[in-house]
Parts: sequence; C-alpha cells; structure tokens
Amino acid sequence: MLLGTLIYGFVNSAILALLAMGFNLTFGISGVANFAYGAVYIFSGFSVWILLNTLGIPYLLAVLIAILLAALMGLAIYYGVILRIKGMPLSEVMATFGLGLAIMELFRYFDFVGFRYTLPVFIDGSFSIGDVYIDYQRMIIGLIAIGLTFGLYLFTNHTRTGLAFRAIAQDERTALTFGIDADLVGGLSMALGCALAAIAAVVILPLGTIAVEGGYEVLINALAVCIVGGLGSTVGILVASVLIGYSQTITANYLEPHWMMLVSLIAIAIVLVVKPSGLFSHQKELEERI
Amino acid sequence: MNRRKERIDRGVKARSADIFALTSYREMLYLMIPGAVPVVALLCFSPMLSDYWREVIISTAIYALLAMSWDMLMCAGLLSLGQSLFFGIGSYISGSLNYYAGLPPILTLPIATILGGLLCTVLLLPVLRLRGIYFAMVTLVVPLMLSRLVEATRILGGTEGLTGLTPFPNQLTALFIIQLALLATLFGFRRIMGSDYGLVVKGISDNDRSVMSAGLNIYWYKAQVLFLGASVGCFAGAFGTHMDMFAGMPGFALDYSIMPVAAAVVGGVGTFAGPLIGAFILVPLSEMLRALGSLRMVFYGLFLVVFVVGMPEGIFAYIQRKYQQMERWVDVS
Amino acid sequence: MTELTPLLRASNLTKKFGGVTAVSNVDFDLQEGQLLGVIGPNGSGKTTLVNLITGFVKPTAGRIEFRGKDITGWPPYKVVSEGISRTFQMVRPFYQLPAYKNLIVPLYSPRVKKLAGGKYGNRDAVALDLLEEVGFERDAHVSYKKAGALPQGYLKRLELAKSMALRPDLIILDELFSGLSLAEVASIVPIIEKLKHQGKTIIMIEHRLKELFRIADRVMVLNYGRKIAEGKAKDVMESPDVKEAYLGSEAE
Repeated sequence: MLLGTLIYGFVNSAILALLAMGFNLTFGISGVANFAYGAVYIFSGFSVWILLNTLGIPYLLAVLIAILLAALMGLAIYYGVILRIKGMPLSEVMATFGLGLAIMELFRYFDFVGFRYTLPVFIDGSFSIGDVYIDYQRMIIGLIAIGLTFGLYLFTNHTRTGLAFRAIAQDERTALTFGIDADLVGGLSMALGCALAAIAAVVILPLGTIAVEGGYEVLINALAVCIVGGLGSTVGILVASVLIGYSQTITANYLEPHWMMLVSLIAIAIVLVVKPSGLFSHQKELEERI
Repeated sequence: MNRRKERIDRGVKARSADIFALTSYREMLYLMIPGAVPVVALLCFSPMLSDYWREVIISTAIYALLAMSWDMLMCAGLLSLGQSLFFGIGSYISGSLNYYAGLPPILTLPIATILGGLLCTVLLLPVLRLRGIYFAMVTLVVPLMLSRLVEATRILGGTEGLTGLTPFPNQLTALFIIQLALLATLFGFRRIMGSDYGLVVKGISDNDRSVMSAGLNIYWYKAQVLFLGASVGCFAGAFGTHMDMFAGMPGFALDYSIMPVAAAVVGGVGTFAGPLIGAFILVPLSEMLRALGSLRMVFYGLFLVVFVVGMPEGIFAYIQRKYQQMERWVDVS
Repeated sequence: MTELTPLLRASNLTKKFGGVTAVSNVDFDLQEGQLLGVIGPNGSGKTTLVNLITGFVKPTAGRIEFRGKDITGWPPYKVVSEGISRTFQMVRPFYQLPAYKNLIVPLYSPRVKKLAGGKYGNRDAVALDLLEEVGFERDAHVSYKKAGALPQGYLKRLELAKSMALRPDLIILDELFSGLSLAEVASIVPIIEKLKHQGKTIIMIEHRLKELFRIADRVMVLNYGRKIAEGKAKDVMESPDVKEAYLGSEAE
C-alpha cells in the first residue's frame, strides 16, 4: 500500500505540475493573463482526436501538430485580444476567460461529448515496481513532468528569452529600454504556455476521456496549484503539486476517494491564512511594494 | 476646408447643472426622466405581463442583482469571477433555514442576506491583502470546489439538494419583492458610490498607496465593500431558492458567475445602471435563444470578449454620453 | 534641566531586503518644531528610512518612538492617525479627479474627524482653502482642473496639500523640490516656513542642498544606509566623511 501510494502520489503530483506549469509560465512569470488555458487544453485534445480519427494522421505527427496548433492559438489570442487591452490585467482576465468559455462550450454544442472521445496511450501495457503495477503512460507523464520542470527552470533563469519573460512582468518599461520587445515576448510566452497546455493534454488525456468539463477542471487545478505554490515561482508549483498530489492520493487510498477535492480546498484555505500570496511567492505584502 | 467633430454638453444639461434647475419644469424633467421612466415602467408594466414574462423579469432581476453586486466589488478593485459563491451560499443558508428549521421566507431572506454576507466576507478576508488578480483566482475556484465538496460529502442534500422548500405566496408578491430589492440596490449603490465614501473606495482601486498614506485602513474599506456586494449576492441566492423551491449544487454553477460579469461589461462597469441594463439585455435574449442549449454560454463568452475589447465603456456610458452631450462638426482654421 | 522627550526617536533602525541592507543601525532624535534635512547619495536609504517611519515597510531591527510611544511596525494608517504624514517622491494623484477632489480622501480620514471634534464639515470647502494655501490661485480656478492636466509644480503642491490636510505634527517631505524650477522652489519654501512657524516638525529629504540648508535647523547625512554625520548644515559639510562620500550634486 505504501509503495503504491508513493508511486501513484508521484504520478498525481506530476499531473498537477504539468497542468500548472503552462499557466504559471504565462500568468505567473510573464504577467500575461491566460484564463483560456483550460480551453486550449481541451482544444488540443480534440485536435489530436480529429487529426487521428477523421484525417487518419499518424499519432505522433498528430500530437506534434496539435502542440503547434496550440502555440499558434496562443499567439492568436495574444495578438487578437490581449494586445488590444494590454495593461489592464483585470480586463485581460475577463476577456480571456470569456474566450475560453466560448471555445469550450462550442465544443459541447457541436456534440463533442461522449465516451468515444479518447486518445490512445503512447505505449501500451504496464510494468511493476515491487508489487505495484504501473502503466507506461503514467510513467511517461512523470518523466515528462520532471523533464519539463527542469527545462522550465533552466529556461526562465538561464536563457535570455526566459529572463525576458520575467522582465516584462516586473517592469515593462524598463524591459523596453533594454531592447526587449515586450509585445513579442508576451506573445512568445503565451504561445509557450499554450504549447505546455497541449503537451499536458496529450500525455494526460489518454488516461480517460476528453470531456469539456475537463477544461474547467484543468483551470481549477492549475489555479489551485498556483495559489498554493505562489504565482510565478517554478519551485512553488513543484512543491505545491507534490503537496496537493500526495495529499490527494493519501486521502484516496486511506480515506475515501471523494474527499480528494476537499484536499485542494483545505490547502488553499491554509495558504490563505498563513501566507496568502502562496508558499514560495515573490509577492511582497502591499506595503512593501513602494 | 477642414472640419473636426466637437463634443460639448447639451444646453439643457448645462442649465440643469446647479440648483437653479429647480426653477424650471423642463430641466427638472431632463434630470428625472432617466431615473424615473425605467422605474415607473418596470413597476407599472410588469404586473400586466403574462405569467411567463413575469418569470423572465424575475429571473432577469436576480441576475441584475448579481451583476450590481459584481459592480460594487469592482469599484474597490475586487474582480469577482465567482458571484456564484454568494448566490450558492445565500441559497444554502435560506434553504437550510427553511428545510431544517422551518423558517418562512420572510425570515430566511434577511437572515441569509446578512449572515451570508458576513460569511463570505470572512471567507475572503485573507485575499483582500493581495493584488486584485488573486481575488479573481480565488473567487473562481472556491464555488466550483464547494460544489464538488457538496457532491462528495453529500451534506445538505448532496447532489439532490434541498427540495420542497416554501415558495412565495404568489408570483405577484415575488415580483414586487425582487423589484423593490433591485431598485433599492441600484439607487442605494449609486448613492453610496457617488458620495465621498465612494471616492475613497474608488481611490483604493486606483491608487491604494495614496489612500493608505492618507490615514485610511484600506482593508477595512475593502471588507465593507465586500460585505455590501456579498450581501446583495446572497439575497439573490436566497430569493432564487424560494422561487425554485430548491437549494442545491446548481447554486454554485458557473452560469451565476459568468452572466453578471458579461452583463456588467456589456452595460458599463462602475455605473450600476450599466449592469442592470446589461442583465435586461442578456437574460431575455438568452431566454429567447434557450432552444440552442450550450450556445448560451458561448454567447456570453463572446459578448464578454467583444465588449471588453471593443466597447469597454459599455452601453450605459454610451447612452449617457448621448443624453448629456451633443456632437457637431466645426471648422478648423 | 531635564531633557525634553524628542518628538521622534529612531533607535538602531535596520532594514534588509534579502541580501541588500538598505538602512543600517540608524539612530536619531528629532525635537518638536525642528526642521531636519536628510541628505545623501541615491540609494543611501533615505526613502527606505521614511518608509520605515511611516509604516510602509517593517524594520528588520530597531525601534521607532513617536512622543514616547513605540510605533515600530505599525501600519501606515495608524501612523498617520498618530500625527505623521508624508509625501511621495513619485507623485501620483488621482488623475481623473479635479485637483480639489484629490484632497477628499485625506480629509475623510479618522484623524481629521477627531481633530475637528467629531464632524467632518464641508470637505469641498476645506479642500479649496487648503489648495489656496499652497498656492493654487483661486481666481484662475486651478483647483477645479483635472489633476492629469496640471504641471509638475502644481502636482507637487497638491502632494504637499494632501499631507497638510491630515493636520500632522510631523511632516516628512520626500524630495519635494525634485523636478521644480528655481522659481517654483522659491515659491514653495515660504509655505514650508509657515508650517514651521505653526509649530510643525518637518523632515525633508532633498538633493537640492542650497535651498535645504537655508531652512533646515539640522542636517543628517546617510550613505549606504548608515548615518555618517549629523548636526548644523555648516558643520556637516565640513565633515571629512561627508566630503569623502558623495556630496550630492545640484545638477537637476
């Protein structure tokens, strides 16, 4: 039981981390609100499905195309919507949220609902660690999560583009004086964030069905992880995912599965009381932002 | 010959700007019509409508209350993406009081309003210290989680909710109550925000550092505004509970969160009359499109995007501008 | 002769932001009615000192006492209620509001109500009077202009008026003269002198030394967060430490 909890807790944490990463990159690190995140996730899932089943494109290629499409979608949202209302974060939130809503409900309207909307796993079968069976897909999720976390950390701290992402969130005008094209960087950040959403979608969705509700779930989970871990902090996302992921798995294994949602709620409540801006956030209290 | 468009106050507006407006019927009418006509129309004509359309008005009024509640929160810089939190809590409080304690609507409504307002304020207090974005995030997440919590723990009726609650004596009473609440909220909120208190609140939204250095505790003010907005939202929820004779998970539905925002954006943020107008446009419209099912949400979403990007001032501001100012071409020498 | 309790006493005040020590072990006393000038190169911790005193930032170590009361770590609104007000280096009024409406917010604060005996009175009228005191010409109706339309000289005066509206005992002016022409500075100095005559205690952070030294009773010099000199302006300028450190250029 313990080994199972350890392993499945890890997978659960990996899933949460994957979901939160893209959102954190755009919103936390670059300061660009993308509340259409859940919609992009679902869109990617359905894209792969359509490419695979309706157009008969090989799986791997379909996945790559879907990721590309998501990135393009991110760019489109940025240049079409966000740029026009840049600088008013609350408007960005509202507009992207409305857009995401429209996209997700459009899928529901066109009847993309039902059990036939599934994606095949990458590698079939499972293997065992000790006496615990774990399927390859879940292992892949874990590995990709680890890889992406490292990659993102290196990217945002050690590459010029990554640092540019952080720059435009901190002080756009100063960034401009350094020759950073804030608009372009914002667009890139958005594209990258959406691409991450797509990557998360293609590895996670094979575990179940592609459902429009999933889009809302993704947004909720990403937000919950970011609230707990602290917007903008890759380390925070990691810690929060592990914390929430393991708590959920432990709750599911030792108590009852339907208490899992309570875990996230309690985590948020505790964080709000103890350190409202998130465990590892760089946000200072208002008074210090002079 | 070059010309440009010039916009100046209408004559009648300039004349009615100060106390001497009292001396002229024309100016008094100019001032009173925008407020009086819709009110009179609403109060007089609504009872004359058919049952079906009365329902629509009631439903619209509920959403309008949520929209005005949203607008109040927005004045202090608190973007709420979870009006359904207030609706759901108000709904459950009044529903529980009615179901478990047998209290009639005349008691459950005020109790749910005040208690719900207090509860929601206390719940959201920690977030007030943070940037507006956090408020948006938390309000989005919490009602959805509470809904799933109810589903999982099966408390308060679980997925079925609390049914068979006491309805209002008749539809006309309900209509009267909600319209009264609507007008009280509209004029009350406008009055509050038009006063110096409102100036302070808007100052907090604009430049909180400045208000802090002026010796005012901004968190206390934010909490007050939160209480006002939350109470109105809880009232809407409580009222809806007795209309539908049901309190349950759907009280936390996304619909109650999105619609008020869309209505406010369409109508004009910060004006209170704007969200009201927005609701009175969107709700009947979506009612007529009811046959299209999910398309309704698509439609709200698109409205939100288009108006935020294209007409951020909203319809009310546009109408107000037309009413108060006129445009004409002038020569540019 | 017993020593008078200083109006403001800072003891061992220290503030670290992560690895950076902005203010390091600063002590000073300020007697009532004095005008203290605080000077030093950019980054020497002057504004952080003000933030510490007024509660915008909590000290890492040290104490601040106002009239003998320990106000260390108090939030800004409480500090203001005690009687300390400040201006900001970066002036940011409510741009959309007329100038006099900008003063409504400070006039709304509990301290003003308390000092007025429980009633606020007509805030608009008080605001207009206050603006006239700081040099907003009444007949030109400057007070009615939108703050966004006013030039820097007026905005600085508005900032001063905002801090005066709170009827403080101690006013802290953070680089009030920056960005102003000699004539504008010359027109504001009498207002500050009048405040001094009214018995207010003033701390002025400045880079414009000539103007400051004319009105300051004492001057304190900060460098890299530490106090390196304090005393009469003439003596301070003779100090080798101050000469060695950056003396503050007057090129604006």
